[in-house]
Amino acid sequence: MDRQQDTQASDARPVLEGPDIARVLTRIAHEIVERAKGADDVVLLGIPTRGVFLAQRLAAKLEEITERKIPVGSLDITMYRDDLRMHPPRALARTDIPGDGLDGRLVVLVDDVLFSGRTIRAALDALNDIGRPRAVQLAVLVDRGHRELPIRADYVGKNIPTSLRETVKVQLAEEDGRDTVLLGAKQTSQ
Amino acid sequence: MQRHLISAADLTRDDAVLILDTAEEMARVADRPIKKLPTLRGRTVVNLFFEDSTRTRISFEAAEKRLSADVINFSAKGSSVSKGESLKDTAQTLEAMGVDAVVIRHGASGAPYRLANSGWIDAAVINAGDGTHQHPTQALLDAFTMRRRLVGRDAGIGQDLSGKRITIVGDVLHSRVARSNVDLLHTLGAEVTLVAPPTLVPVGVETWPCEVSYDLDSTLTKSDAVMMLRVQRERMNAAFFPTEREYSRRYGLDGDRMARMPEHAIVMHPGPMVRGMEITAEVADSERCTAIEQVANGVSIRMAVLYLLLGGNEPAVTNTRTEEK
Amino acid sequence: MSKILIRGAKVLGGEPQDVLIDGAVIEAVGTGLSEEGAQVVEAAGRVLLPGLVDLHTHLREPGREDSETVLTGTRAAASGGYTAVFAMANTFPVADTAGVVEQVYRLGQEHGYCDVQPIGAVTVGLEGKKLAELGAMHESAAGVTVFSDDGKCVDDAVIMRRALEYVKAFGGVVAQHAQEPRLTEGAQMNEGVVSAELGLGGWPAVAEESIIARDVLLAEHVGSRVHICHLSTAGSVEIVRWAKSRGIDVTAEVTPHHLLLTDELVRTYNPVYKVNPPLRTERDVLALREALADGTIDIVATDHAPHPHEDKDCEWAAAAMGMVGLETALSVVQETMVDTGLLTWAGVAERMSFKPAQIGQAKGHGRPVSAGEPANLTLVDTEYRGSVDPAGFASRSRNTPYEGRELPGRVTHTWLRGKATLVDGKLT
Repeated sequence: MDRQQDTQASDARPVLEGPDIARVLTRIAHEIVERAKGADDVVLLGIPTRGVFLAQRLAAKLEEITERKIPVGSLDITMYRDDLRMHPPRALARTDIPGDGLDGRLVVLVDDVLFSGRTIRAALDALNDIGRPRAVQLAVLVDRGHRELPIRADYVGKNIPTSLRETVKVQLAEEDGRDTVLLGAKQTSQ
Repeated sequence: MQRHLISAADLTRDDAVLILDTAEEMARVADRPIKKLPTLRGRTVVNLFFEDSTRTRISFEAAEKRLSADVINFSAKGSSVSKGESLKDTAQTLEAMGVDAVVIRHGASGAPYRLANSGWIDAAVINAGDGTHQHPTQALLDAFTMRRRLVGRDAGIGQDLSGKRITIVGDVLHSRVARSNVDLLHTLGAEVTLVAPPTLVPVGVETWPCEVSYDLDSTLTKSDAVMMLRVQRERMNAAFFPTEREYSRRYGLDGDRMARMPEHAIVMHPGPMVRGMEITAEVADSERCTAIEQVANGVSIRMAVLYLLLGGNEPAVTNTRTEEK
Repeated sequence: MSKILIRGAKVLGGEPQDVLIDGAVIEAVGTGLSEEGAQVVEAAGRVLLPGLVDLHTHLREPGREDSETVLTGTRAAASGGYTAVFAMANTFPVADTAGVVEQVYRLGQEHGYCDVQPIGAVTVGLEGKKLAELGAMHESAAGVTVFSDDGKCVDDAVIMRRALEYVKAFGGVVAQHAQEPRLTEGAQMNEGVVSAELGLGGWPAVAEESIIARDVLLAEHVGSRVHICHLSTAGSVEIVRWAKSRGIDVTAEVTPHHLLLTDELVRTYNPVYKVNPPLRTERDVLALREALADGTIDIVATDHAPHPHEDKDCEWAAAAMGMVGLETALSVVQETMVDTGLLTWAGVAERMSFKPAQIGQAKGHGRPVSAGEPANLTLVDTEYRGSVDPAGFASRSRNTPYEGRELPGRVTHTWLRGKATLVDGKLT
């Protein structure tokens, strides 16, 4: 999710491929059903951009498992970021809350990479202005470590220990034309 | 570093679309239980109004507060300004109080440009209407309203107004709304036609990127949106037109004329409306009239402008024309 | 009496010659003149002109001494190469009585930098209603011969007719500020493409042209002469050209700024470009240059209009109209007329000295540079190029539109009846 970490594909190597991603999403879906005792009141909220696609894929898996409609939406955290003043303003992404709202629900936030934890902090603030969930959980495709806030994920696709000199780039078919997670070296120019 | 919005002509197509798209997201905040964002926390915005305009001031104030800015309202009436203090002194006094942005409304054309370019202050300047020059946030909210109605709320994201035919009717000569709209609508790809009695069209209009017609009826049938401008009764005394009755007969929008517009076409008005002059009550209160929507959209547009100019360490909106000067 | 030898100057731009000044008069003009007993000014390469005469200056005293005084204004004049200026009547009180014009005249004489010839108001208080005592002003010590309500137009056709008729009795001339008042209500700039875009009230060319047309016809009808102040449009040029071809006794002036600047500059909303009549279009500028070159426009007059900083450091609508011009006039004329090949230096002498002195009947000014004539002279370094720095102005005001602009030419010396008022660019 950290856009400063974009890297060029040339010197990056895949750590997860398409089938791996599908497999871990299936596993996370089963974990959610198990921990949420049937996922009756689960709402999935993806964090734009790629978290939204992951949330939609997770919802599809959950619907297969539970044979029920799973509400899924998106939560843009741009205006809640703590580094707004350090960059030019970013274009806003869509916040789309499913019709029945969030009050009393189990909200599972979905993002591609968990890194400093600041994005999730912003997401919790944004949630606060939108409703009062029964509980909030976090699902991520990759946890690369280096937390700067007391935040952890409830569901992790893959733990990838990284150096701060490395970048993690998630590519998804909906946005990038293919599914893969790339680990690369940070561009020195950045 | 320029971080001002002075004229609609300063905006590129991409800037304008970015503002409209951002406003669309801002509009969704209004549907939430807590209609507030923390984005401009700790930033101070002063609404510096040398001209009475309760509507515009309230709209900016609502936008500023929804973005959590600290708001100072300064109205020239009953202040030191009416005792002869200059624009420069007033602006510098306010800046000394730590103001990050000045939203200025002024009766003199060019006053916001002066404030932004004279070196008097460092704060961002947002033009909330200057004389008969510009009113860029009005043009933006009008374009936003048109895009929603004519393209669609979701379908409109990322889109401009290419090919839309917009007719602006009334006192073009004295209208900052008309000037701003001509500039912005042209940038967004729309085809604009101005309709007015020849006395209310400025000398020099031939260089504007629009058509000019003196005949309302012939343009109505070809319009996707018809924007009626307010016509002040005082203009009659200066011989701009003979009588109110003659004006409304030739250039007013009534039910019959509205019926001749294409079915999808909308009627717009920047407000305040002079019912019976440029618009009849029947039209003003019809479903096709967007006057009330425009007011609501004004808050979203102003939130978007404030966010894009003040939300980061530098503005997201380029100010090509202003920077050249 | 001391002698001054100006050696090797191009007199009126011609072949290098020496000019010997003895006391207040030119003793000799020739080559290889003896320097014995004379202070020598080496002038090789420079152009020597008759002292410039400005038919249109605002000295502001009495009443607005915060923007200019007779002293600071005449120092500015000397700096710009002028030896005589005509001071406009729109002071406080208005120069509409013998008392006020005598005061201004005497202040000029006392300070000694430049002769000051007061212009009398045409109507009482510049109100356009009642003729001022024109005869009394003429008979006063100031000997007023030029009358003008400048700043305001004598718009009443009957008052204008009477004034034109009345001054015939003593050979006076009425200088008209041509501006139809109703057509220019709320006017802020030239009406046209730029005003339409900027939303500033328009000052249409026709408001000037219609008055000029009326006044040349009035002058013809009553057999008087009329002078047109600061002509600014291509249409005005055509009317004056037509009037002259008909034998009407009309003269006209153009300001330096109307020869150089256009209304495009108003896009900056910087009030330093706010002036009346307003800056016009490129087409007008070119027509004015051509008319000055072919003699349709007789003279260059500065319309030097000082204003204090605060009257320009504000929004456009609130700002005062006018620009200072005495210290940059010759440079602008060199830039627009000489360096473009439209005018020789002899032509400049004609339009900035001989002819204005003749129109205003300034005794002892605008005379040929030859033996026996009063030593009113201006020496110009025409090779110089430099950017305008208002901080160096002698004028009390700094409202120049040329700040930072590179202009050619620099007046190095000015002599008023043999007395140096400017030496090596420094006031004495």
